[in-house]
Order: sequence, then structure tokens, then C-alpha cells
Amino acid sequence: MNMALLIDGSLVVLILAVAIWTIAVRDSFAAVVGYAIYGLMLALAWVRLAAIDAALTEAAIGGGLTGVLLIRAAVRLRPTESVVAGEMPGRFVKALAAVLAGTVSAALAVVVLSLPVPAPTLAPQVAGHIASTGLGNAVTAVLLAFRAIDTLLEAVVLIFALIAVWTLTPDNFWGGRPGPKYDTDPNGMLAYLARLLPPVGIVVAVYVLWVGADLPGGKFQAGTLLAAMWLLAIMAGLTEAPPIRRRWLRGVLVAGTVVFLAIGFAGVPLAGAFLAYPEGFAKPLIIAIEAASMLSIAFTLALLVLGPPERSEHS
Amino acid sequence: MSLLLDLWTIVAVSAGVFFFLAGTVGLLRFPDTLTRLHALTKADNLGLGLVVLGLLPRVSSPLAGLKLVCVWLLVMLAGAIGSQLIARVARRSGPPA
Repeated sequence: MNMALLIDGSLVVLILAVAIWTIAVRDSFAAVVGYAIYGLMLALAWVRLAAIDAALTEAAIGGGLTGVLLIRAAVRLRPTESVVAGEMPGRFVKALAAVLAGTVSAALAVVVLSLPVPAPTLAPQVAGHIASTGLGNAVTAVLLAFRAIDTLLEAVVLIFALIAVWTLTPDNFWGGRPGPKYDTDPNGMLAYLARLLPPVGIVVAVYVLWVGADLPGGKFQAGTLLAAMWLLAIMAGLTEAPPIRRRWLRGVLVAGTVVFLAIGFAGVPLAGAFLAYPEGFAKPLIIAIEAASMLSIAFTLALLVLGPPERSEHS
Repeated sequence: MSLLLDLWTIVAVSAGVFFFLAGTVGLLRFPDTLTRLHALTKADNLGLGLVVLGLLPRVSSPLAGLKLVCVWLLVMLAGAIGSQLIARVARRSGPPA
């Protein structure tokens, strides 16, 4: 008991320290690195809370993918950073920001402290009905059966985010290839890693998707892994990002949502409700949705990292 | 037998933690990027390796043990290549120190 308290206590102190450092540090690149470490620490905290699904997602998205996204943003902002750092906000703005941030923190603290004990939970209902889905992982059952509409909307939000990124494309490059042309040594270390790692990564991703039915895992974690493998190959110069005008690319991007919606609407005549699964077919349908979503998520996340098109198709 | 295995776990994990500590001290104290990378690799390779070796007798199934060893191998691969890439950037951009 004391040992566990020691570990949890150190973890809390570390998380708070990294969080404060991330805010306090002046250099934005250092702040981004701090934020990625913060994500990994949070993943450890989720592990300690026995929420392995959340831990996997936090490590993949919070630590990994968001880190890469923010590093690219920090590198892009570097030329203007010294100018912005020179503009110190006035005393009034500082005071206003402090009051606002303080109020939000205090409100959050009050809300957390006034939560009823024991906390309201739907866990018994999930445990009672999970048999009807054929799944073993309660998280997957909630995400894809009991609260499937939330997951569907999440997938749509992800595509909206990509569309928002693409709207930043300069007119003359519309439909072109996102990201710079990576000119990496074809015999260098990065190319070596990009040849060695993807087979392992793809196997692990499919495994994570497959065990997601019964154990922690699922389409988001698997999709992030696939995206990472694809980005590795692109950044090592082994393959090029596809032009965004390609029909197959747009098809893959919406495939997850389309399959999700199709199965959802098929539920209306077959099972009596939108997103309801016919008796006995829940598990295969859920796995079909997860597999299609994994591909869509992988491509969407990778293209989010690559950013808007920066060159025409043939350059 | 179980006492021996416990002893093995304690010794190996302690040794692994020592290498993590040494690597961290090196990262904080060494003068330039290349020597700091050198210190870090000890934590990745030896530190994690010894921790994994120490935990191997405690796994519930051979598959879990295999996963542990795979984690170690992947971290070594990523660590080695990551430090190569960092070292190259450091040599190109900074003055040789």
C-alpha cells in the first residue's frame, strides 16, 4: 500500500512539475518536448488507474502524434518567434490572464471536490449487457455499441480537422502533395529504420486492433501506429505523400465513416434503431467498423501531420 | 528455487536502475551533446535490458516474456537510430566540442 502510494505520489509530483515547466519555459520547441513528456507521464497515470485503453490512446496521441504535430508547428514558427517574444504583454493583460486562469482552475477544483461519493457509474449496466455484443472489452463495447453515436461523430470531427488543414493550401498547389520533399540519404540511418520498422509496426497495429475486441486496444491506437509507420517511410524519402486530389485517398479517408454510417442505417430496418446491431451479428459488424475506421484514422492522422499541400504533384 | 529467482530479479532490476541513474547523471553532467548521447544509450541498452532480464522469471506466460524482450529490442533500435540522427544534426550545426 505504501509502495503504491509512493509511486502514485511521485507520478503526481512529476506530472505537475512537467506541466509547470511546459508552461514556464520560454522556447516553444522545449515546451513541445515538455508537452510530449507530459503526455507519456499521463499515460503512466492512466496505467496506474487501470485504464489501459486510455493509457494506450494517451501515449499514441498525446505523447506521440500531438508531439510531432506541435514540433512541426514550432519549427515553422521559429523565424517569427524572437519577434513575438519581444512583445511583452502589458500589466493589464497579464492581470486579466491571471484572473481568468485562476478562476477556471478554482472552478475545476470546486467541481472535482464536490463530486458525489461514490461517483455515479454506468459500469454495472455495461457489465450486464456486454454479453449481447459478443465483446470482452467493456471500453470497446461502450465506444462501438452503447455509445456508438459519439464514436461516429468523433470520426467525422477528425475529417473536419483535416479539411480545415487543407483549406490553408495556397491556390496554385491545390490538389498537390502535402509536406516538403524529403531529401534523405537513401543509405542513411533513417532509411534503414524505415525499412526495418514498418513490418513490425503493421503487425503490432493489426494485433492491437484485433485484441481490441477483448483486451485493451482498438482502432485509434492501431490507426496511430499505422500513421507513424507511413510517416516514417515518407520522412525517410522511401515513398512520397500522395497528392490530395487522388480519388483513392479521399475514398480511404471517408471509408471508416461510410462503413459506420452504412451499418448504422442498416440497423434501422434490421434491428429497429439507428446504430443498432442485429442479434448475433454485433461482433463481426463492430470489427468491420473498427477495421475500416483504422485505415481512415491512419490516413487522416498522417495527413494532419504532413499539413497542407506545399508543392504541385510533379515537383 | 523461488528464493533464487527473487534474488535474480532484485539483483538484475537494481543493476538496471543503477544504469538508468548513471545515464541520467551523465545526461545532466556531461559537457556536450555527443557525450550526453553516449551516457543516454547506457540507460536504454543496459538499464532497460537488465530490468527486462530481471522481470523475465515473473511473467505469467512465455508470450508475455517474448513481448518484454521485443520491447527491449525495439527500444534499443529506436535509441540507437535516434541518437545517430541527433548526433549528426549536432555535428553539422554546432562547433565540434
